[in-house]
Amino acid sequence: MMRFLLLFSRQGRLRLQKWFTPMTEREKKKIIRDMTTLVLARQPRSCNFIQWKDLKIIYKRYASLYFCLGVENQENELLALEVIHRYVELLDKYFGNVCELDIIFNFEKAYFILDEFLMGGEIQETSKQMVNRSIEASDMLQEDDSSEWYEVELFG
Amino acid sequence: MSDVVEKTLTALPSLLSLDSQPGSAKLSSNSKLGNLIRGITELTSKHEEEKLIQHELSSIKEQVSSPNTTMRQMRELMVRAVYCEMLGYEASFSYIHAIKLAQQGNVLEKRVGYLAVSLFLNENHELLLLLVNTVLKDLQSTNLIEVCMALTVVCQIFPKDMIPAILPIVEEKLNHPKEIIRRKAVLALHKFYLIAPNQVQHIHNKFRKALCDKDPGVMTASLHIYLQLIQENAEAYKDLTASFVTILKQVVGGKLPMDFNYHSVPAPWLQIQLLRILSLLGKNDQRTSEVMYEVLDESLRRAEMNHNITYAILYECVKCVYTIHPKSELLEKAATCIGNFVLSPKINLKYLGLKALTYVVQQDPKLALQHQMTIIECLDHSDVIIKRETLELLFRITNAQNVTVIVEKMLDFLRLSKDDHTTVDLAGKVAELAEKYAPDNEWFIQTMNAVFSLGGDMMQPEIPNGFLKLLSEGFDSEEEDRKLRLFAVNSYISLLQGDPSKLPQRFLQVICWVLGEYSYLKDDLDPVVVLRLLAQLLDMKGSSSDTKSWVLVAMTKLCWSETAVSVAQQVAETYSSSFDTTLRQRAQELQHLSRDSQLHSRVLPPGGSLEPVEVDSSLSFLDGFVSEALSAGAAPYKPLHQRQEELSRSKALSLEPYGLSLPISTSSCSITDRQSPTLLSTSSGLSGDSTDFSHRGSSTTLKLDGVRRVWGREGYLAQKEPVEEVAQVEIPSPLRSPGQQGDADSCHSRTPTANPEGDREKQQLASSLFGGLSSQSSVCLMEKSERFGRKAKGQRASSTPNEQRSDPSVSSSSAVDNLLCNNLLEENSEPIDSSTKQTFQHPQSLRVPNGACDAEAIISDDDTKGRNRPVSPEEHVEGDDFPPCEDKSKDLSLTAHLPAELSGFSHSEIIPLCSNRSLDLSACHVQTDNTVVLVVFVTNSSEDANLQIQVLSEELEVCCPCESPVEEVRGHSVSVRQYSLTVKRPLVHFELVGRLSYSAAGTLQSMQFSYKLPLTSFIRPLTVSTEEYGSMWLAFSHDTKQNLTLMKEEQEPLSATLNALKKKLSLHVVEIIGVEGLVACSLLQDQPCLMHCRVHAGRLAVWLRSPVADLPDCLLYHCQRALQEH
Repeated sequence: MMRFLLLFSRQGRLRLQKWFTPMTEREKKKIIRDMTTLVLARQPRSCNFIQWKDLKIIYKRYASLYFCLGVENQENELLALEVIHRYVELLDKYFGNVCELDIIFNFEKAYFILDEFLMGGEIQETSKQMVNRSIEASDMLQEDDSSEWYEVELFG
Repeated sequence: MSDVVEKTLTALPSLLSLDSQPGSAKLSSNSKLGNLIRGITELTSKHEEEKLIQHELSSIKEQVSSPNTTMRQMRELMVRAVYCEMLGYEASFSYIHAIKLAQQGNVLEKRVGYLAVSLFLNENHELLLLLVNTVLKDLQSTNLIEVCMALTVVCQIFPKDMIPAILPIVEEKLNHPKEIIRRKAVLALHKFYLIAPNQVQHIHNKFRKALCDKDPGVMTASLHIYLQLIQENAEAYKDLTASFVTILKQVVGGKLPMDFNYHSVPAPWLQIQLLRILSLLGKNDQRTSEVMYEVLDESLRRAEMNHNITYAILYECVKCVYTIHPKSELLEKAATCIGNFVLSPKINLKYLGLKALTYVVQQDPKLALQHQMTIIECLDHSDVIIKRETLELLFRITNAQNVTVIVEKMLDFLRLSKDDHTTVDLAGKVAELAEKYAPDNEWFIQTMNAVFSLGGDMMQPEIPNGFLKLLSEGFDSEEEDRKLRLFAVNSYISLLQGDPSKLPQRFLQVICWVLGEYSYLKDDLDPVVVLRLLAQLLDMKGSSSDTKSWVLVAMTKLCWSETAVSVAQQVAETYSSSFDTTLRQRAQELQHLSRDSQLHSRVLPPGGSLEPVEVDSSLSFLDGFVSEALSAGAAPYKPLHQRQEELSRSKALSLEPYGLSLPISTSSCSITDRQSPTLLSTSSGLSGDSTDFSHRGSSTTLKLDGVRRVWGREGYLAQKEPVEEVAQVEIPSPLRSPGQQGDADSCHSRTPTANPEGDREKQQLASSLFGGLSSQSSVCLMEKSERFGRKAKGQRASSTPNEQRSDPSVSSSSAVDNLLCNNLLEENSEPIDSSTKQTFQHPQSLRVPNGACDAEAIISDDDTKGRNRPVSPEEHVEGDDFPPCEDKSKDLSLTAHLPAELSGFSHSEIIPLCSNRSLDLSACHVQTDNTVVLVVFVTNSSEDANLQIQVLSEELEVCCPCESPVEEVRGHSVSVRQYSLTVKRPLVHFELVGRLSYSAAGTLQSMQFSYKLPLTSFIRPLTVSTEEYGSMWLAFSHDTKQNLTLMKEEQEPLSATLNALKKKLSLHVVEIIGVEGLVACSLLQDQPCLMHCRVHAGRLAVWLRSPVADLPDCLLYHCQRALQEH
């Protein structure tokens, strides 16, 4: 099972956090701090896996953004790496050539996509088409509501 | 694909220049969030950021609380609040508004509301309760998106106690026509299973339905639950093996829709999940394993090496092949795979290759040999993660030949490691290897020194404990022991002469103990020198008070000579007024023992071997105290977790639908929630055991039940590794120069890598690392390797140093405390620890009554004897010296006086209450079908008298059937009074006090007495049918649960136990169904109590329920007692 997913920039600024098991604020803060220092200190071209306490940390850098996934010990590291990659692909498909700014300015969208992809720390849907379809389905709901909503969504 | 992504993301920094770029309209740069983000990026200092955010937060706060804010604006505000929280600023004022938004908004707003809630709140937040209704409503919505959102949020965050409220609706969703809803529902149930397994027990068959769902996505989701279930109990799901194999075959064969492909690999997540399940099912089970060989073979064949995801599948396959019952063909293929991994230039694969090797090497050590050169390269890899993993692998292949090299490598790593977790782990491993394979004394001590200095104070306490135990217990040869100890002493003396302030506290404590015990072995060493060295530790700034205690104890052992005494006295004086009580006590001990050399030599015989410490882990010496407290109405002890559980139960709303809580179906999980063997504190053998207390006290065996056995006779009780058994060959290693006298200061031994570089060096390292692994020769070096893993001497399973760790004072055997204590108390009349004395003496006052018919009498006997002493001030009474034989005859003669209507029922032993020259009062109680009658016999051995008896009790209602309170008792006769008793409030024991006043020969006199009877006297069997039992169970609100000991009966331990209970407590066994038993009883007629028993893990899990408060608890106490006596 996955425990958490963190997205942070090269400067260690948090961009997205998802916790799959209940944790106190203090624990969260500590993990975020540990992860950023741990991952940012890694040399390029080193192994993408880190053993940290009783968890495995799998991280990958995409441009200036680090994706850092904490999984339980019996999980498959390579598969976790592909989880990260699939998430990036999903973001890319939704935003179209995704960049860090997309995620900064539309972070709630990034969360919605993540919620369709992972649920309760497990993979829910691996198909890109399916995830996008359900995201778009909820995005399009605005049309049924009123035209005003539609405008807000487009220009706001 | 990934290249494209990476390219676009690389272009990012230029975008960050924040000039509005064409096409970045979607970045909503005009929004308030956009402004905020941009504002923050422009700032240069943390302080400015703080100011800006605080300003932002106050403006958000103002807006959210304004009544004019629309839901649409609210949504925007929430996003901003979430952003601020992500930056680490608290926005708790917005939590309630997030909930409101989820409640009242339209779909889009709701989505943001739910998101904000799941980001803001954690599982225990009280506001979460407000969400329950919203979720409930949305789950029932006709809008699919709302249902999806509700299921998502349920998965993410939902109060555990509220699960029952939504469970039926989530269950319903398993039949929903839309597969996405079904899938989410399955995942939600998986989540429930993880956080509250007992809540979803009853829907296991629905999981099976989900597994058979026509949509592969739903089926995949259900595998998460199955993986979990099979992890917990593989046996129960063996029948599904064939189905899982079939599914995997279809997946591997590409039968799933294209949608499930990932980079043209069919459903890799599903494949890996199935492989994990199969490896759990096939573990240690040849028959089940055989079913899956074919599909595993196909998986290995199909996965072509070209993409990460296929490697992931291969890795899982390899793990599976090595986990299940072995098949040589598959093992060969898997080994080739591992080889490919290890040799791969990709670092991630190399890492996994090493991991796989580590996993496999226990079964197949030769595989490591094949890759030895790669492993050596990895040892010096630039990435610490790879290095660490290599050490892990080496740890598994360590044997007597290569131990020095491997330990050296590990210590090298430890010296550089900054991560606490790694340090603790690695230090433990080095210590383990040193125990097992140390080639000689010097090496062992030096290695342990290194472990102690590097491991520091984070190290697991077992390591120093085990080390001291090893030293103190010794091995087969006295001479060897002496050498080892002497070497340790030498080594520590020189460490202390160096700079001890750098040593960790744990290490100092070890040093103190060793010097205290064994410094006498060094002939040319004046104890005063040692004392001075130790005293210097006391003055060190960093010394913890724990360490100081160890120092003082060590000093106590050392003060022999005159000069030593003077040093000791000085120290003792300083610390005898310390605020730390432990320290103070040690100082006192030091003071007194150093003054009185005779006492000292008695308590601490010079060089004497340690007597094992007597530990009464059952604390039976407190039994008297406990029983007194209980009889005085104290509640029985409940273990911590039970109290917490009750507390949380009393706090939490009970939403449990009663229809579901039939004991038969749910008890298993709720009781197994706590499997720790829990007994009430009174369980230490209140009655039967205390008989032989004195006998036990004199026995010299050590009782350490409950102490974890880390060290056995063979040394450290680590899991046996097959490597040990591999035939070993001695390869001449340049490293071991036996007999070399090492110097104590350096714990670094010679490193092989000091040689000139080159392949030869690697070869050499390889030969030293992999020595003993090849199977060419069968020369066994067990004798050598066993030296440190040898047997401890004699039968002494004592863990003296273990005790030492927790409390240094105990080290010198309890006799010290005893002697010291008594000595001080008697001679100096200076009570140091009066409570100790009390507890020591207490057991003696526990006496065994003769001829008690009831276990209760054991407790009550003491009490009543105490109180029986008539307290009448008016008259001197020569009370209670009835010789026992007289008692017996009296008993017999009085029985004849039992009223006719009661003679058919069983009665308790007749016990004397009080007496004087003319009157004897005795009593017993009779259990009739629906009452308990107290019968008081008044034997008048002189003239006629008028007497009046009053009997009172706080917890019992006493009613006297005879009308006149005053009655005439004729001379030389026996008069009988009856009192019927009813329970007002259940208690473990009831106590009656009475007063007898009588006038004879014109004088008025009075006596007081008391009588005690157990709750069991009031318990009657309750005959009900199983159905009635079921409906009653649901209606009762007070309950308690506990695990009891099961009787050791070959067959049918359950029914034997229940029969014993039935006999002792007069219960009614309603039915025994498999491992569960239903028992019913009632308190007299109208207060039922039901008991549900279940055999679990060799214990009897008991759950009592009753409408009467306290009744379950009190009854449980008696059940426990009854089973102990048995």
